[in-house]
Amino acid sequence: MNGSFVVNGRRVEWSFEPEATLLDVLRANGHPEVHRGCDEGSCGACSVLLDGKLVNSCQVFAASAIDKDVLTVAGMGTIHEPHPLQTAFVETGAIQCGFCTPAMILASLALLRSNPNPTDEDIRSALDGNYCRCTGYVKIIEAVRLASRRMSAHD
Amino acid sequence: MTELTIVGKSVEKVDSLSLACGNARYASDCELRDPLFLTFALSTVPHGDILSIDDFAARAVDGVVDVFHAFNTESPLFSTAGQGFPEPSPYDTRLFNRRVRYVGEIVAAVLAESLEGARAGAKAMKLEYSTLPALFDPERSMDSDSPKLHDGEDAYAPLPVAYRPEENVAGEVLFSYGDIEKGFSEADFVVDETFRTHQASHCALEPHNASAYFDEKGRLVLVVSTQVPFHSRRIVAKATGIPAHMIRVIKPRIGGGFGGKQEVLVELYAALAAWKHKRSVRAEMTRPEVFTSARTRHPMRVRIKTGVKKDGTMTAMDMNDVMNSGAYGAHALTVLSNAASKVLPLFNKIENMNFTGRTVYTNLPVGGAYRGYGATQGYFPFNQHIDGISRTLGVDFLDFVKKHHIRVGETSAVFEAIGEGTEGVSQIVRSCKLDECIDIGTREINWHGLRGKRITDGPLVKGIGASVAMQGSGIPQVDMASASMKMNDDGSFNLMVGATDIGTGSDTILSQIAAEALNVPLEMIIVLSSDTDLTPFDVGAYASSTTYVSGRAVLTCAEKIRDQILSVASAMTGTPLEQLSLAESRVVNRATGEETSFSQVACFALYSKDQFQIQASASFTGVESPPPFMAQFADVDVDTETGKVRVVKFVSVGDCGQAVNPKLAEGQIEGAAVNGISFALAEQYLFNKNGGMTNNSFWDYKIYGTLDLPEMVTVVVESDEPTGPYGAKSVSEIGINGPAPAIANAIYDAIGVRIYDLPLTPEKVLKAIRSRA
Repeated sequence: MNGSFVVNGRRVEWSFEPEATLLDVLRANGHPEVHRGCDEGSCGACSVLLDGKLVNSCQVFAASAIDKDVLTVAGMGTIHEPHPLQTAFVETGAIQCGFCTPAMILASLALLRSNPNPTDEDIRSALDGNYCRCTGYVKIIEAVRLASRRMSAHD
Repeated sequence: MTELTIVGKSVEKVDSLSLACGNARYASDCELRDPLFLTFALSTVPHGDILSIDDFAARAVDGVVDVFHAFNTESPLFSTAGQGFPEPSPYDTRLFNRRVRYVGEIVAAVLAESLEGARAGAKAMKLEYSTLPALFDPERSMDSDSPKLHDGEDAYAPLPVAYRPEENVAGEVLFSYGDIEKGFSEADFVVDETFRTHQASHCALEPHNASAYFDEKGRLVLVVSTQVPFHSRRIVAKATGIPAHMIRVIKPRIGGGFGGKQEVLVELYAALAAWKHKRSVRAEMTRPEVFTSARTRHPMRVRIKTGVKKDGTMTAMDMNDVMNSGAYGAHALTVLSNAASKVLPLFNKIENMNFTGRTVYTNLPVGGAYRGYGATQGYFPFNQHIDGISRTLGVDFLDFVKKHHIRVGETSAVFEAIGEGTEGVSQIVRSCKLDECIDIGTREINWHGLRGKRITDGPLVKGIGASVAMQGSGIPQVDMASASMKMNDDGSFNLMVGATDIGTGSDTILSQIAAEALNVPLEMIIVLSSDTDLTPFDVGAYASSTTYVSGRAVLTCAEKIRDQILSVASAMTGTPLEQLSLAESRVVNRATGEETSFSQVACFALYSKDQFQIQASASFTGVESPPPFMAQFADVDVDTETGKVRVVKFVSVGDCGQAVNPKLAEGQIEGAAVNGISFALAEQYLFNKNGGMTNNSFWDYKIYGTLDLPEMVTVVVESDEPTGPYGAKSVSEIGINGPAPAIANAIYDAIGVRIYDLPLTPEKVLKAIRSRA
């Protein structure tokens, strides 16, 4: 089947199998920044923002996302013009292997959009669906704190 | 020593912005033209001979191209353990074994035009087995009447090490010194305890995977999620028969390893299928397959018996380990060795010592390398045992440790006695700040305010516990690393290393070492790791070796480059060498103050006279393995009504030598500590009566998330290791050793019951509380 999506602000038209997940379709169409960690909705590595809402893209049928707005980490900023969350993750040492990072940054963005000045507890709750096995989360939480300070300063 | 300018600074990890922006590519992101997909069929019986394989239905599935299995694919015996050659692990497996030995063993690989087709094909495979009695209890595996897994001629050890498949013994480590009986007879009391550590999964977020394709000359390129690209090429060649020179292994970014990817697994089958069909192949384990069919932490039973005098002298220690290797012997000998060699030297004043260790086969998932590598299994009993002894003596645990631990200038007979498949290497400790680590941790956890106070809050009782550990820095006289560098005309340098950054930050710290030696800003070092065609050899990311071993190779290489720069500058300007020294990106004539930029030097060498490129390579093998040290502390609340243990605060204080990048060093400790806490409290393998894992998903195998975290405090204490690059040792593994014993010691502190078996589940704690009452 065919479907049109708005991915990182750009309208695209993709064809895919009816049972394909949003993760499959994104990865097949030039978005390898969306990572497959478990394919069962438990690790969070495939998180994207779907119409602004954080979802595990491995648990969403692509067909159900037609005409919706999909944001991946590549749509937040680039290596030449990174988003403050991306630089905060870099500066705090919140990235080791980086496999969870794109999803972790999107989960953080979803949090900061709804709650620009989160407490540590808010941050922990918001990131609970995203596993990281490398960092022990300490510097990830610090990164979100730093980004929150910087982003509110710009508002 | 001159002031360090880049080493010792928490510069940003060189690959982190690309990872944050989604630019970085992992093995499964490799673009393949018209790939085939490969999936696995797994054994459903724990032990049995395959009588027949019916792949007719599988081949009939739409899109299925081929099916590989024991009846159509020959391979020699080999080991999947990604170790040096010859491997200290037994050669006891083939690509497909005619006898299967655990539920989850790969019995077929199905190749299809689509992933769905390959999965449907795998599901359609029909195998008939003649089942054999299964062995699940490692402590009974050496019994004469137990089923034997590898008896007969179908397995051997390539090194001259003890290997007795007829007894299910996959590895054996024995040593003693002094007179153990005399030691025990001199003791005022003897403590004899038995502990058990459990199986665990690495849970790297990126599943094991490989992508295979052919280059324009018909060579096979394998893009692999691996910690050991050079071992991977060697072992793929051995197992599949593809000539090694026709294989190129590329390591892109890796989504975590922790030892799990020190194993050559998925790429074997991707290579086999791609080579036969001359097509690109994508192969990836599912998460359940990673749990059951990749590798795990070896469970271990440790009996530890110590003779003690009333004055605190330990007169004898006898340690007896039985390690469960599961169905195959990957790392069977060496993880066991490390349970002794990384643990016993810490208390080097015990004059009479005996160690008896055996690794045994069972019909369960296979053990392998896992961060800590046996030390984790050894320190859980060791620290609890010492906590108990110090309590019996009425001495503070930390004071007791300080009195007994190894110090600068001292050695241990264990270093020389136990190596990895060979004898060990004698060494003296040249840097150790364990006392400082203990003192800092004591303050951070409020040891004196909380230890033994049993502060209660309703059903909650607080306890404080600690543990100490050491590790190593590479395998001495075994691990080798190489680096090469070349200078570009703008004064930048390409640094090529076989050292394998799997998320640890080794690209960054090796660049820092090169930049420091050459006195250039970090961005003038362009690092590439690791590619068997382009980068020199390195054993890979394991044994806490990269900073120390690969770091020394990079340092030596950079020093050679520095000498060449000075000599070109001397010829170029007609200045005697002795008069020249390096300043940032330039050579300075100390007599005249005249400066020549690195760019001018490089251009002169490349274009002007007696042309050559400034370039060098270097290799390094450690003759010693300087241990990092760590003290870890847990503040726990034990719920006496439910048995639930909550870690409130966790403190890690480590001596890793000079931290090349303190923030990355901290990150290594934090990650290891949280993995260790999760291992101690939350993670466990559950099996059905066939030895099949029943909780092979993240839904049922719990690992720590953000809501589970205690307050974490991590302190890096710097020491100067004279043999290390700029004083560095290692840091990546050690932090996982201490959480389980520190928490167990804290539970004892809270409720006066000792939990001897991991994991420390509410059921066990509650049972222990009730049996005490």
